[in-house]
Amino acid sequence: MNTKEIGLYIHIPFCKSKCHYCDFNSLPGRELHIPQYFEALKKELQLYTTKAKNYSIKSIFIGGGTPSLADPEHITNIMYSCREHFNIKKNAEISIETNPGTLSFEKLAAYKSSGINRLSMGLQAWQSHILNYLGRIHSAEDFVENFNQARKAGFTNINADLIFGIPSQTMEEWRHTLTGVVNLGPEHLSCYSLKIEEGTVFGEKLKSGELNQIDDDIDREMYHSTIEILSTKGYNHYEISNFAKPGYECRHNLLYWKIDEYIGLGAGAHSYFEGNRYNNVCSIERYIAAIGQNEIPRENVQWIDKKDSISEFIILGLRVMDGISLSEFQAKFSEDIFDLFGTQIDKLSEAKLLELREGKLKLTSNGLDFANQVFVEFI
Amino acid sequence: MASERQKRIRNFCIIAHIDHGKSTLADRLLEKTGVLTEREMEDQVLDNMDIERERGITIKAQAVRMVYKAADGEEYVFNLIDTPGHVDFNYEVSRSLAACEGAVLVVDAAQGIEAQTLANVYLALEHNLEIMPVINKIDLPSAQPEVVKKEIEDVIGLDAGDAPLISAKNGINIEDVLANAVLKVPCPAGDEDAPLRALIFDSYYDSYKGVIVYIRVKEGKVKVGDSIKMMYTGKEFTVTEIGYMRPGTHFPTGELLAGEVGYIAASIKNVKDTRVGDTITLSDNPAKEPLPGYKKVNSMVFCGIYPADGSKYGDLRDALEKLQLNDAALSFEPESSVALGFGFRCGFLGLLHMEIIQERLEREYNLDLVTTAPSVIYKIIKTDGEVFDIDNPTNLPPVAEIERMEEPIVKATIMVPTEYVGNIMDLSQDRRGVYKDMKYIDEGRVMLTYEMPLNEIIYDFFDALKSRTKGYASFDYELLGYKESDLVKLDIVLNGDIVDALSFIVHREKAYTRGRRIAEKLKETIHKQQFEIPIQACIGGKIIARETVKAYRKDVLAKCYGGDITRKKKLLEKQKEGKKRMRQVGTVEIPQEAFMSVLKLD
Repeated sequence: MNTKEIGLYIHIPFCKSKCHYCDFNSLPGRELHIPQYFEALKKELQLYTTKAKNYSIKSIFIGGGTPSLADPEHITNIMYSCREHFNIKKNAEISIETNPGTLSFEKLAAYKSSGINRLSMGLQAWQSHILNYLGRIHSAEDFVENFNQARKAGFTNINADLIFGIPSQTMEEWRHTLTGVVNLGPEHLSCYSLKIEEGTVFGEKLKSGELNQIDDDIDREMYHSTIEILSTKGYNHYEISNFAKPGYECRHNLLYWKIDEYIGLGAGAHSYFEGNRYNNVCSIERYIAAIGQNEIPRENVQWIDKKDSISEFIILGLRVMDGISLSEFQAKFSEDIFDLFGTQIDKLSEAKLLELREGKLKLTSNGLDFANQVFVEFI
Repeated sequence: MASERQKRIRNFCIIAHIDHGKSTLADRLLEKTGVLTEREMEDQVLDNMDIERERGITIKAQAVRMVYKAADGEEYVFNLIDTPGHVDFNYEVSRSLAACEGAVLVVDAAQGIEAQTLANVYLALEHNLEIMPVINKIDLPSAQPEVVKKEIEDVIGLDAGDAPLISAKNGINIEDVLANAVLKVPCPAGDEDAPLRALIFDSYYDSYKGVIVYIRVKEGKVKVGDSIKMMYTGKEFTVTEIGYMRPGTHFPTGELLAGEVGYIAASIKNVKDTRVGDTITLSDNPAKEPLPGYKKVNSMVFCGIYPADGSKYGDLRDALEKLQLNDAALSFEPESSVALGFGFRCGFLGLLHMEIIQERLEREYNLDLVTTAPSVIYKIIKTDGEVFDIDNPTNLPPVAEIERMEEPIVKATIMVPTEYVGNIMDLSQDRRGVYKDMKYIDEGRVMLTYEMPLNEIIYDFFDALKSRTKGYASFDYELLGYKESDLVKLDIVLNGDIVDALSFIVHREKAYTRGRRIAEKLKETIHKQQFEIPIQACIGGKIIARETVKAYRKDVLAKCYGGDITRKKKLLEKQKEGKKRMRQVGTVEIPQEAFMSVLKLD
């Protein structure tokens, strides 16, 4: 039988301490829940068993929080359960998110032997004073050590997460961070411009006036020089904030951007499955309780109709530098994109935010800075 | 000669400055005469509209009948007409006064005489009303009844020796007011066998009965079934219901006679057919002459009113039509603006009237509005001799075609504690006021008179006055006439395009300061866009002020986390919603707050 290829996202909402910019569903000080939580995850996988036979899994992403905070056996077990209930493709990309300071060679080796083949490490910055300011618990040295251990453990596909546009961060410091990490030669880099979210430590400081956001001009200078520097080092800029050596583009993220379906497991995990977008409840306790009752605690279930789907396809597709292919659009929706959005496309092309090249619609270099201005036209 | 029946009627109104207790006293009188029991009382029965209660002002005239048993054992019919208290409604006030023989003048024992007290007193004297001063709020610790009595005698020239000292709020000495009314207010006269002449002093639209007209029968009588004629508009109707008013209800009696106050319903569809001040007579036995004093009220202040959401244009029109049913003084006609789309140019009696209408549109009709800067009517004399009026700066012809321009001038009366005189003089001078007079009301307060262009008052004069006198100043104005003036049109240019809704006419000497303030305000309210936006204030082609909104450099969500697409879409939807509320002029998107921000520059 020809099965549909989807992704799995597994959320681990535990962390050692909350970073000052972080508004994700993760909490420090809940380590006692970890065993129960993994039990619940296994059970949730099991609850998908009947559906699972219609699908095959092309990527798995174990994200957080800090999944590497948990005992590696939990990860190994969950990987085992995944294989037990789902048909995982042989060449599937299987990533785990980790943080320096929570890793060891043993842990890394355990991940590797459980089938995990891609490691994502949160470095964020090279300088200790910036790491402190961000509320991180590690140093650049920790990162280097863990990175080398990962290589030794056999990981040949490693990502590092970096943040720029941090208040009072200088261009020099950012360049230094980039060179530092590039010298180690990871296959993939995610470079995010800091966004200050409400309800975070930074968000509160912004409200009280204690925090001055970095000037947009500097932020953009950092961004565009990143693109330049990384391209000379052989990294391909393939999504707004993502860079990879050829062939190492993150397939799991591409799945989001190509509006493929995925099942999210765990507290607060988001799914796009069988035409619906939904998320599980965020509360760890409520999640565990519901799963205990053999029930997946879904929230915000939203049917994605054709119109939604078209707009998601464009918005997410344009995040990818390769753009959206007109013929693919036609094939997928049996519509001509120009019939639907001709005026908008003309307007955005005239504003030099969008360009049509070789049958593909993509953001211009300028459009990268004003991507939201482009996206709103397709909402 | 008054008949026996008429000898037991007293028609009077209450006049006062805002907040001196007019409506509270009216409530007490109703309570004392048993029209309402204390239990039935809702505070300030005569002020029906929320806005009236909140602002403590009366917008529409109301009338109510009560019966008072005097000390002599006789029963008297009292018709109390509650008049609008603000200068904007001066004409309405004058018609209400014309329906009365007497006026109770309420003066706050702590505040003393204020600008509107005087304006109303003079109006009452013009109508030969017997004025009975009453000193209110005597329970306040700061009350100075003797000082206020002396003020009344010195400034107005009325004998205040036996003025009742009352507290309407606490019901103290209310009986004195009623007893005084019997003694002092003349009874009405008027031959009930003469041809009908009844004065319309107010009207409102009732969705069941049509227009309800409030009248004072001066001569003759009118009953159900009579065919009546409006002597100025010439419209004829048949009376379907007639009687007198009680708070919130009508009490049909079938007939009204000379000297009485009451209402008529006659299946009238439009308040425009029942103009305040018109005279009602009988179609088959008409009076020879209408009652004196009718005039058609004209709007003095104009502004553009636009729906914030362009698709609500129809709703705005419906709301204006409904308001106009009850407010013949509100005028409006469709206009369009490059910046704001389709809306209406609305005319108002004055500033308060304008504010009230805007507030009612927003509150009662749930509309989100964008209003343009208010304008007065300017007279344009063109080089070819043509003369015409404009109430919208956009309609100003090219400078080369204008010989000269004239603007309306008002007499502004400002009462203020002496310590603020300097502040007021500075402010008035700044507003191109010409000093005319200063009179001491008592040792502590003066009355300043200025001649001032109306266009200097319509912006934020009230606010400026209040902030410079800690709220102690009171202010009143009346139109004097037109005067030639060196006026220019100030345009606001955003990234090279004139924003028509922001243009206004201003005196040449004021243009620079005003232009600079507006440019600064706009810089604060216009969001950064992808390009730098020059803001220029220009007269003709000449730039007199310039600001720049720096270009923003990024608008991108860097992270798309954990497959939470929904949140991302919501953010974009919110952004799109905000964009929809923007007004596009040329390449620049202007938030609606920007249009409002330039209205208050002080």
